[in-house]
Amino acid sequence: MGIRNIIGKEVRELLTPQTLIPIVIVAVIFAMMGGVIGDIGEEVTQRPVIGVVDQDEGELSQIAGSVLGAAARVVHSGTDVAEGLRRTEEGGGVALLVFPPEFSERILGGEPGTIEIHWIMRGLGMMDSISSAPVEGLILAVNNALTVALIEGNVPLNPEVILHPTTRSDTTLVKGKTISGVPPSAIANTLMSQSIMIPLLVMMLMMMAGSTVISSMGLEKENKTLETLLTMPVSRGSIVTGKIVGSAAVGLVMALIYMLGFSFYMRSFQMGAIDLGQYGLALGVLDYLLVGVSLFLALLAGLALCIVLGTFARDYRSAQTLLFPITAMAMIPMFLIMFKDFATVSLGLQAILFLIPFSHPMMAMRALMFDEYPLVLGGIAYSAVFSAVVIAMAVRIFKSDRLLTGGTPRRQRAARARRRTP
Amino acid sequence: MQAVEVRDLRKDYGAQKAVQGISFGVREGEIFGLIGPNGAGKTTTLRIVSTLLSMTSGSVRVFGHDVATESDAVRRILSYLPEEAGAYRNLTGRAYLEFIARFFGNGEKVKDMVERGVEIADLGERINDKISTLSKGMTRRLLVGRALMTDPKLAVLDEPTSGLDVINAREIRGIIRNSTKGGRAVLLSSHNMLEVELLCDRIALIHEGRIVEAGSPAELKGKYAAGNIEDVFAEVVKWASATS
Repeated sequence: MGIRNIIGKEVRELLTPQTLIPIVIVAVIFAMMGGVIGDIGEEVTQRPVIGVVDQDEGELSQIAGSVLGAAARVVHSGTDVAEGLRRTEEGGGVALLVFPPEFSERILGGEPGTIEIHWIMRGLGMMDSISSAPVEGLILAVNNALTVALIEGNVPLNPEVILHPTTRSDTTLVKGKTISGVPPSAIANTLMSQSIMIPLLVMMLMMMAGSTVISSMGLEKENKTLETLLTMPVSRGSIVTGKIVGSAAVGLVMALIYMLGFSFYMRSFQMGAIDLGQYGLALGVLDYLLVGVSLFLALLAGLALCIVLGTFARDYRSAQTLLFPITAMAMIPMFLIMFKDFATVSLGLQAILFLIPFSHPMMAMRALMFDEYPLVLGGIAYSAVFSAVVIAMAVRIFKSDRLLTGGTPRRQRAARARRRTP
Repeated sequence: MQAVEVRDLRKDYGAQKAVQGISFGVREGEIFGLIGPNGAGKTTTLRIVSTLLSMTSGSVRVFGHDVATESDAVRRILSYLPEEAGAYRNLTGRAYLEFIARFFGNGEKVKDMVERGVEIADLGERINDKISTLSKGMTRRLLVGRALMTDPKLAVLDEPTSGLDVINAREIRGIIRNSTKGGRAVLLSSHNMLEVELLCDRIALIHEGRIVEAGSPAELKGKYAAGNIEDVFAEVVKWASATS
């Protein structure tokens, strides 16, 4: 009897909307992410979409063309590379395969023919490079078909050329930039640190600084220090700003320590990285300044939001629960940006990403590499407005009775409503 | 000039009327006590005077400054000690006093304020210990030191000796009494009727958000033919409950 009473009390105390809602929302987030990753999986299993340019028009290039026509969905066939690129991109293709003049002649002359692969990379998320895998399979199929043709035709060639009749040259077109000699996987690998590290750093920063500021509010209430603080000869704006800046500094130190360790771990994945600077993808001083501004404003917006949420805290424990909306707001863009690019997600997800201020520093560095200044500047402007509005809201709450009275209880609002009803 | 001037003050929390049109004044150099049963509206009144809560209607002026429109000016000359006040547990007692003092000045002024606070708190070497290690009574002494070290023109003290033993409470009462020299004023609330009788020049009795009686302790004792303020309080509350 006694134990049942204790269990009942524990369940009632612990199973509250505050504890349940975060779990439900996390479950929903994972379900949504499963949907996104599932869509990417479907992309992989479908026939790859490509364009073919045959400038050789020889016997072997035609065999290759027929193999490609059977194994892939060919959205363009022609002889002009520029037109081929345009039409393949418009048709949603992932690569344009070019058979240059004298392709067949070179092979029949005993040298491997070169297939020029022009990769069309739409995004820089970890999942955006997956679409290139099926094209690798096509090249293998073309090689096999040419080997068979050379054997059946009894062409007297070096066995090495018969077994490996082609070589390839990769050129990747990504967001308007041409990177020669580099396949998408190498670019994705090089950018992986940014794909993972920056969103993670921003998320950790938001959570740690947010936790500090919300806890500070909870502790002020639990330790009964808030009333004294509010009677000090200092403006409410200074109290709000002081709390935000102090918490941001603490959060920054904590996040940096955390990320220092994580960066060593991530170095192990940096094999085969390329120097992006030689392809014009390095960031300048202005770019770094913009990234800094974007991060600062996102932090400001997040911490102002935490101050507002913190005013609802009754004590330290309830303050921790209130951190959940910030965690969700940091995790949603983090996962989306890790796996997909802003350009490659649906319009609805783009809107969600843009509206969450934490997304902008996560996307800024990658966007600036590809000169997407409107996205970064728009994000900075939005975050500035968002921060200003939320800080104004926080100052307003600090000037009101809410901090000490906790707002008007529901039953009192109901009583007022009853009085207004004739 | 009146130190505090409260006129027809009303405060509603939704449907609940916490303060229902009270008026009183505190003179310079005076200790004025607000007494009443739990939930009578004492703390709400003190919080409004201290610029912490807004008022529904009425007016409150502190040394001529309107608390609603000149709250910054009021905060510069006022010190408020809440009944259940705490302090930052990770700071030492001295660091806490320094933190507060820096809101009121800098350099030598801060140093002087802190020394005054240390003297009032009278915690000896424990002033250098973390507040989390201090007893409830020691923390209260530290908070009283904090409230009076700035030499406020008006000290608003809610249950100033709450949690203190007899000796400590007596000392603190002496400090409060001395703090009114030079025209400073004290507005306090207490459940300790002996304290009210010993300290206050005048008192007002609040019941259900209304002042039902006011005067000096001697006047009130005479009016109700009572031996002490506790008897006056019991008599007035009984009468007010019967007529409300």
